Amino acid sequence: MGIGAMVLALVTGAGATALLGLLAKGVDRKVTARLQWRVGPPLYQPALDCLKLLGKETVVPASAMGNGFLIMPLFGLAGTAVASSMLWVMNLRGDVGFVGDAIVVLYMLALPAVATILGAAASGNPYATVGAGREMKLLIGYELPLTIALLVAVVHTGNSFRLGQIVAAQGDGGMVAGSVSGLLALVVAIVCMQAKLGLVPFDQAEAESELMAGVYTEYSGPPFAAINLGRCMLLAALPILLITLFLGGIHPSGLGLAAFALKFGVLLVIIVLIRNTNPRLRIDQSLRLFWYWLTPLALLALGLAMAGRHYEVTWL
Amino acid sequence: MSWRLWTLRKSLFVYHANVGACNNCDIEIVELLTPAYDVERFGIVLVGSPRHADALLVTGVCTRQAEPRLKELYRATAKPCVVVCVGSCALAQGVFADGYHVGHPVDEVIRSVDPEAIIAYVPGCPPKPEAMILGVVKVWQKLAELGRARPAPAVQPAVGVSTT
Repeated sequence: MGIGAMVLALVTGAGATALLGLLAKGVDRKVTARLQWRVGPPLYQPALDCLKLLGKETVVPASAMGNGFLIMPLFGLAGTAVASSMLWVMNLRGDVGFVGDAIVVLYMLALPAVATILGAAASGNPYATVGAGREMKLLIGYELPLTIALLVAVVHTGNSFRLGQIVAAQGDGGMVAGSVSGLLALVVAIVCMQAKLGLVPFDQAEAESELMAGVYTEYSGPPFAAINLGRCMLLAALPILLITLFLGGIHPSGLGLAAFALKFGVLLVIIVLIRNTNPRLRIDQSLRLFWYWLTPLALLALGLAMAGRHYEVTWL
Repeated sequence: MSWRLWTLRKSLFVYHANVGACNNCDIEIVELLTPAYDVERFGIVLVGSPRHADALLVTGVCTRQAEPRLKELYRATAKPCVVVCVGSCALAQGVFADGYHVGHPVDEVIRSVDPEAIIAYVPGCPPKPEAMILGVVKVWQKLAELGRARPAPAVQPAVGVSTT
């Protein structure tokens, strides 16, 4: 790919993800409201919120390290934009990938959390500092099982770290989640996705009943709009990542796009349902969940996947 | 109409500041979020930080202890923002007007920081949720009026019209 094609892919990919993410957030809020027997905001409400924040004043607190505080939301947004546009491109054109692009995507998706931690620490607010500590512990917790779950998909699809190869192999041999180990890995990845999105039960970093707004306490105006947009984009990018790794990817045909819409909708419904039917875990409880339960589960799935490949048992 | 004020009307984030209320108004405010009233229909959300807020919902007689905090809270809120005084206490200090612990009325405190502040008044002890929604509607009307206002009108009104 030339530079021009890359820029075009970045702009269109990130734009499509932003639109999809704002819509997904609107669906999330609407479904949450319906579950609580309310009417709820219109579907375009998240877009209006972001637009409004763009027109507000940016307050930089006296205690903040100004530059780091203001630049970090952009870092997070950039990480999400790059990762999501890479996911679109690798799905729709399998031949343009490079070795290890799955790892790059995983790194880019860790950037929003890191940027949030740094920005919150730079804001000099006690609530934000406590939230940053929690976010850091959560990051340490979920990255390990998520990476092992990624490895399950890699083992299933011929030991390749190329997303294009992972999608192509699933097109030939059925989706990864169609096997026992793939299904286990998908379950682990869904819980990790919930934590990465910072939604209940893993919203300790911005626990509104304990920490006011947690890591985002001091943000206002356009930086807060960037944070909100980044989180909405993450709400689209992470289901797309899971679809790519476990559910057969996106195929640029009529039926393929319909299947993608169905898979995306199912994942979104799972996210919303987990969010609305669970209490917030304490940070030590969530670490215990990730390290003592999900990591062994992911390792078990990895072992099953390797055994299935070695003994050529396709359902394992 | 200015897009800033238009979007402000469509998505009003509210920060609830209790500066010495008896909690009755606060309970009524929370009732706005319940299925019976559900103000999230209009994009109104309670937020935890004044930095995110577009509206300060002030309840209670402003005590001397709370007065400097309320001023600081108004300064901390990202502009443009509006203030909604809820309840008799916030409006006119209610039955506590002669109390030893009572500072100035909420609107005076806000105006001492920003004379141009947009303040809505919702009377009642406590006000009904319907009355609070009416207060929000008046805020919307005021914002729409501000958005329509031309910078320099050709004909000035003869008698002074309240600009707040």
